[in-house]
Amino acid sequence: MSRIADRKVADPGLANGVASLTPEKIEKVVNQVLKGETGAKLKVYQETCMRCGLCSQGCHFYMSHDFDPSYSPVNKATETMYELMNKKGKVTPDQIYLMAQMAFTECNLCKRCAHYCPIGIDTGYIMSMVRRICYMLDVVPQYIRDTSHSHASTMNQMWVKDDEWIDSLQWQEDEARDEFPDLRIPLDKEGADVYYSVIAPEPKFRTQLIYQAAAIMHAAGVDYTMPSEPGWDNSDMCMFVGDYENMGRLKRAHFESAQKLRVKRIVMGECGHAFRSVYDMGNRWLGYKNSPVPIVHAIEFYWELIQQGKIKITHKYEKPVTIQDPCNVMRGRGLMDKLREVVHFLCEEVVEMIPNREHNYCCCAGGGVINCGPPFKNTRMEGNRIKAEQLKATGVHDVVIPCHNCHGGLEDIIGYYDLGMHGKFIGDIIYELMEKPEL
Amino acid sequence: MTEFYVFVSGPLAWIAWGFFIIGSIYRLVSMYALAKAKDGSSLAYMSLPYSLRSILNWLIPFNTMGWKSDPLMTVATFLFHIGFLLVAVFLGAHAVLWDTAFGISIPSLPGGFGDAVSFVVIAACAVFAYRRLALPHVKGVTRPKDWFSLILVALPFVTGVLAYHQVGPVLLMTTLHVLAGELLLALIPFTRLSHALFALLTRSYMGSEFGAVRHAKDW
Repeated sequence: MSRIADRKVADPGLANGVASLTPEKIEKVVNQVLKGETGAKLKVYQETCMRCGLCSQGCHFYMSHDFDPSYSPVNKATETMYELMNKKGKVTPDQIYLMAQMAFTECNLCKRCAHYCPIGIDTGYIMSMVRRICYMLDVVPQYIRDTSHSHASTMNQMWVKDDEWIDSLQWQEDEARDEFPDLRIPLDKEGADVYYSVIAPEPKFRTQLIYQAAAIMHAAGVDYTMPSEPGWDNSDMCMFVGDYENMGRLKRAHFESAQKLRVKRIVMGECGHAFRSVYDMGNRWLGYKNSPVPIVHAIEFYWELIQQGKIKITHKYEKPVTIQDPCNVMRGRGLMDKLREVVHFLCEEVVEMIPNREHNYCCCAGGGVINCGPPFKNTRMEGNRIKAEQLKATGVHDVVIPCHNCHGGLEDIIGYYDLGMHGKFIGDIIYELMEKPEL
Repeated sequence: MTEFYVFVSGPLAWIAWGFFIIGSIYRLVSMYALAKAKDGSSLAYMSLPYSLRSILNWLIPFNTMGWKSDPLMTVATFLFHIGFLLVAVFLGAHAVLWDTAFGISIPSLPGGFGDAVSFVVIAACAVFAYRRLALPHVKGVTRPKDWFSLILVALPFVTGVLAYHQVGPVLLMTTLHVLAGELLLALIPFTRLSHALFALLTRSYMGSEFGAVRHAKDW
């Protein structure tokens, strides 16, 4: 069994945070969170977990490290949260460093292990609460901390300035009008059927996705709008950092921006974690049982458009593809059948990964792990060999990946393991195949 | 010795039952109060149909990812839990106790069968012990608490079998068996064995969350 202490990764966010800790401060903060923010759920998990180890095979880290028990979900909970609970917060600053590294970079909060625990223990929740404690101690990996700072200051993930956001939309609208002369990206249209929301990496460096979405909306004749003011970014790294106060601010701004425009519903792009933040975590922090505005994920939205015959394609995608099932919309929303119907509508041949659907292995990028940046890239690469094997076994070259994090994670793995594959969003494929006006 | 046996099987038995019943009620009620105070965002999603869906699916051996991942554990744990309940409640000698102490008459297991089931339970305990000693992912997270609860459940079966087969002084073995059973009963609410009280609830919560919110299987 390896030990977390032997694989300590240098990170300025963790190191600087730990440098200002004292045992008294740790004890105070740990107990403050345990008493103030956790309750019966965590207590029962710690008490009734029989330490049977069945969760181990649920974890891609455990599977990828040749069954190294250090990576099993129960061990991660034991070395972090259970240790904090047993010692009542009496741990050293260096232990906090290692706990933070484990919680932020060696668990994607994907909840795949939930399918393995007979008692129904939610290790994802336990690790989230470890992150919450680390955040309260200001011990957070530097890159994701910067991202959450961006959220807190600009209400978007990528330090996109308010005018740059509008400029990006107008730029894409302008570009797209070469191809679709009547296309518009309507800003702030009150009462529209659809409020289209994206994550900040789209205007920042995946701008073509906005172009493609506008093209699809245009071709399908959807009455939609995009907001010009903050609230447009549905992403939420504060949720993964443990900064729940700002998670709440972000979600409130997002919901209110849609309510202000009196839209019928929000349609969101192909992102997983943003979906988690509106149905699972952000809404609950704000006291909403469900999101106050109906929210539809891109997979479901495309599925609807296809059902209604609003997406017309000239031909099917000829090369065989495989499908990545993102945790936050499969284990999180059961969209596996709709995803398959969409992909089978668009593509000639689908070769499934095994296991798949809600049992699919995580991309190892989600849960904020990819956002912890370059210092932890190897953690992700070595930690997801199982995914590389799973991808390779399909023998195809194209992977349909309806999630931004999965995209980043899988592209990295494909490069690292030299798999010669390429990821595609559903939007990429629809745009490629759709009927376009002849010019 | 006979006096001691009378004490053990008389007043002490009532004390053990008292610990078990009052302790269980206390644990459940106080945990529910804590959940109400602190876990509203989880309690709100509890759903009876999805709880039952989850429980039923996990009651079928090899039906879930967890059960498929470790066949030895799956067989051992099913045999252990079924055997434990069968013997604890329906063993011939226990059926007599139900009748004399509580005036409840219940069907009882044929003697030979009860004996065989007891051996199966002991074998399952041996599998649990083997896993804690030999499998790195179990050994690494095993603490004295886990051994304590395993010994606690194994003891009544070991002493029961010895008494039944009249190995050693019968009265001593029987006394030890009753004592072990009482210790087990009294400590269920206060050890790892409290999963007997809470596991259905954690399972139900996971089932509700996956069924009602996540629209996915939790098995």
